[in-house]
Amino acid sequence: MSEASPAKAYALHLGIIALLFALSFILPEYYHGLLARIMVLAVFAMGYNMLFGYVGLLSLGHAMFFGAGLYGAGLAIIQLGWSVPAALAAGLACGAVLSLVIGLLALRTTGVAFMIVTMMFAQVFYLLILYFATWTGGDQGMVVPQPARVLNFGATSLDLTDPTVRYICALTLFSLVLLITLSIVRSRHGRVLVAIRENEERTKMLGYDTYSNKLAAVVVSGTICAASGAAYALLFGYVGSSFASVQYSILPLLWVLLGGAATTLGPLIGTVFMYYVIDITSGYTSAYLLIVGIALILLVLFFPKGILGTIRQRWLRWLP
Amino acid sequence: MTDKNGFFDLSKSGITRRKALKGLAAGAGLAVAPGFVRYAQAQSSAPIKIGFQSHRTGIGAAYGRWYEKTTAAAIKAINAAGGINGRQVEVIIEDDGTDPGRGAEVVGKFATQHKTDIVFGTLFSHVVIGSAPAAGEAKMPYFVVSEGHHVASTKLNRYVFQPGITDVKSQIQSMAPWIAANAGKKVTQIFPDFAFGYDHRDYLPPALKAQGADVIAQIAIPPTESSFTKYFPQIPAETEVIYHVMVGPAVLTFVKELGEFYGSQRPQLFGFIDSLEAVDINSPGLEFLDGSHFWEGSPRYAQADDSEAQKAYRAAVGIDDNGAAVGDPKDVSTAAHMFGCWETLYVVKKAMEDAGYKGPEDRAKLVEATEALKEFAEGPEHPQGPKTFNGKIHQCFGIQNISKVEGGKLKVVHKTKIEDGLYEAEGDYTTQAL
Repeated sequence: MSEASPAKAYALHLGIIALLFALSFILPEYYHGLLARIMVLAVFAMGYNMLFGYVGLLSLGHAMFFGAGLYGAGLAIIQLGWSVPAALAAGLACGAVLSLVIGLLALRTTGVAFMIVTMMFAQVFYLLILYFATWTGGDQGMVVPQPARVLNFGATSLDLTDPTVRYICALTLFSLVLLITLSIVRSRHGRVLVAIRENEERTKMLGYDTYSNKLAAVVVSGTICAASGAAYALLFGYVGSSFASVQYSILPLLWVLLGGAATTLGPLIGTVFMYYVIDITSGYTSAYLLIVGIALILLVLFFPKGILGTIRQRWLRWLP
Repeated sequence: MTDKNGFFDLSKSGITRRKALKGLAAGAGLAVAPGFVRYAQAQSSAPIKIGFQSHRTGIGAAYGRWYEKTTAAAIKAINAAGGINGRQVEVIIEDDGTDPGRGAEVVGKFATQHKTDIVFGTLFSHVVIGSAPAAGEAKMPYFVVSEGHHVASTKLNRYVFQPGITDVKSQIQSMAPWIAANAGKKVTQIFPDFAFGYDHRDYLPPALKAQGADVIAQIAIPPTESSFTKYFPQIPAETEVIYHVMVGPAVLTFVKELGEFYGSQRPQLFGFIDSLEAVDINSPGLEFLDGSHFWEGSPRYAQADDSEAQKAYRAAVGIDDNGAAVGDPKDVSTAAHMFGCWETLYVVKKAMEDAGYKGPEDRAKLVEATEALKEFAEGPEHPQGPKTFNGKIHQCFGIQNISKVEGGKLKVVHKTKIEDGLYEAEGDYTTQAL
């Protein structure tokens, strides 16, 4: 990545946020709702990208962080009757604490071992959800009651089940995480993370505490994923174990690979691409996953670094 | 409504009586123009659109395929008889991948893109629960064919109905009197360690207790398990009945290993056919089930005393006397459940007719008309049997079949009464706002 003026990078990102805001007035009803969901899940992908893209740590267990936010927020509302902000905070706290613990344990490994350890922890998390079915709803999951999904500001209240409110909330979360991600990757800490990815031994030799930096990245990544999970529970009203299954650990990896690892906007592009390919092709054939597979192969052949990664490599080298 | 430019301020618009009359005349001219007439007629005769949330892929695919066949047959029959309120019915299918996340998106797609009148047909409980919030928010009547207790639990919302198939709590409760009287009083349960199993774990013991029988052991088997031999020593020696509800691909191994464990001296076996839906009962390894009993919602095999309605239903759907697709004996149906699609569509028809349903603006009327339904008589529209409907919990109650495996077929040996499956309502959807 060549150096670019901060203004250029921030202008691009603010432009994307403005575009997404404008789309809320233009998009047909269905795609309006779909994009709200995509933005929330793109946050999940951004959290994954923080660790995979910038630190080079391939996790197969990020569904547990998404699940921590999902269940942290969902259970706080359903079982404890907490308000939406308190439930959101609970979801974030669950993700932060879980990622800290997992980071402390899993960072003792690297490479394939890290991948397997994270997958095992995620499987434990998934089975715990099934085991404590009395509280979690097991494999069937639970509905967050519609009346509880209201955000109160003094005398006024925002109904999170309203499509417009939901879109704006999803956009707000997406924008915050996008700008936080951008500021992190442009920061000194972000550069150290990239250095670790490129050559950890050399980074250590230069005097950096690579373990602390990696641990911080795991916590930030896990907390962002938990924010996505918490938002999903609050905005879409369903908390279910399938979101903590291995499938949801692989999905953010695919979204990031498609959009471009280690690009701030790649996760959004990958998520949008995957969603639309599935949505459109499933209308024509039940073998839509075959088409998705072919699309992935073509992308790997012609865009080996993902869509935005390849664009950066070939044309826009200043892209963050 | 006004803005500072006065675009919407009628007081400043300078509309005179002459202009108003001109406008009215122009409007009237448009209304009687041939094009408008055609449009108005098209609206009133446009087909009623039913969004079918199908499990075309994923774990529910075998069910999804047969649910589609049954739905197509029911729609063909309904349309041949004049449709609903004089309008033909069109089914639009979207695959939910048997995934709750995608399920919610599909409900949203029906509501906002296809603009269907209702959504229908979901089976797997987690997909129903995951999709229910989307249906409630879109105020979209959502008719599921799931048999889960989630609808009747009143934990979902006012737009979710299950009028065409009984729920698992009712089914289990109905089985208890027969088990206690005919199979044995000391029952050991073996069930998968997830929600489907938990329904049986929780509802069977009190139902048996009421009949003077007891569950003496409950053995939960993790869903990841592929071999079961190590669990069998946990079955108490005094067990008279093994009540099993294993599901999924592992069921063949489960039965085979259970047979190897017991040999010819085994307790009575009672199971739910859910384990073997779409599976040939004569598959290698299932010989051990000979002489055992199963719950069936609707019988897979044609019975000697089948009603004319049942025969007509089977012919319309295209299943032979063995419950397989006509012309393909290996394509075994999900007969115990799929009748629910047929019956649900006729409930929708009845409710739409009662509500004078014209379009999406009448969805609230449709909900209320469905809630007002009380009973469905056995006949061509309800070939499985008569049913009652509790509008407060949006759930129907009906008869159940207990079938014995005999000579490689399932023969119905007992039919329960509707009253056997009734239970106290756990809530009341009708108190929720529409």
